Amino acid sequence: MNFDKEFDASGMSCPLPVVKTKKALVDMASGQVLKIISTDCGSVQDMKAFADQTGNTLLSSGEEGGKYIFFMQKK
Amino acid sequence: MSKKMAIIATKGTLDMAYPPFILASTAAALGYDVQIFFTFYGLQLLRKDLSDVKISPLANPAMPMPIPMPVMVQMLPGMETMATAMMKQKLEKHGVASLEELRDLCLECDVKFIACQMTVDLFEFDKKEFIDQVEYGGASMFFGFAGETDICLFV
Repeated sequence: MNFDKEFDASGMSCPLPVVKTKKALVDMASGQVLKIISTDCGSVQDMKAFADQTGNTLLSSGEEGGKYIFFMQKK
Repeated sequence: MSKKMAIIATKGTLDMAYPPFILASTAAALGYDVQIFFTFYGLQLLRKDLSDVKISPLANPAMPMPIPMPVMVQMLPGMETMATAMMKQKLEKHGVASLEELRDLCLECDVKFIACQMTVDLFEFDKKEFIDQVEYGGASMFFGFAGETDICLFV
């Protein structure tokens, strides 16, 4: 999937992946896509909840080689 | 209009310092307007230097210990420092942010910190030891915000 910016949250625990995802989205334009990489299994539920509550769109959520990969489209 | 959350932070130990900052930074990331009212021992979390924020194994039977430790041993000098060092090591190993980092993230997300003026006076704290972003106020000031919140927590 195409993306405009990447944020690697590998090694970070709650709440850093979500809080820093929010920070990474700040300087992006509406419609742009942020790729997020996380090693925290809690991120799977947290990213979905973040998208639901902030109006950003979680385009996809998956696992690759022990890492969780998300594509978040900015509102 | 954004949702609001208020937290009353009353504890100044390392373990109890985390919940207010974790919840506040997360809520702010989700778009909440957040205020934390620091009172009594919670005021310790506003110090510029957080290195004195410690955890004690004493009277804390739920704290997981690598080896069983009788209370008589926990009372020995240096045990608090040792427990704090072990806890910080554990937090770092698991990628949990330091208190300083979480507090900075809160400030970056415009979480408002209010220090209880009465307890600042009671403990004769020097405001110069607190970070600059603190506002000072009383319970009434806090209720002005707390009364309109969606979530209000006492920690």
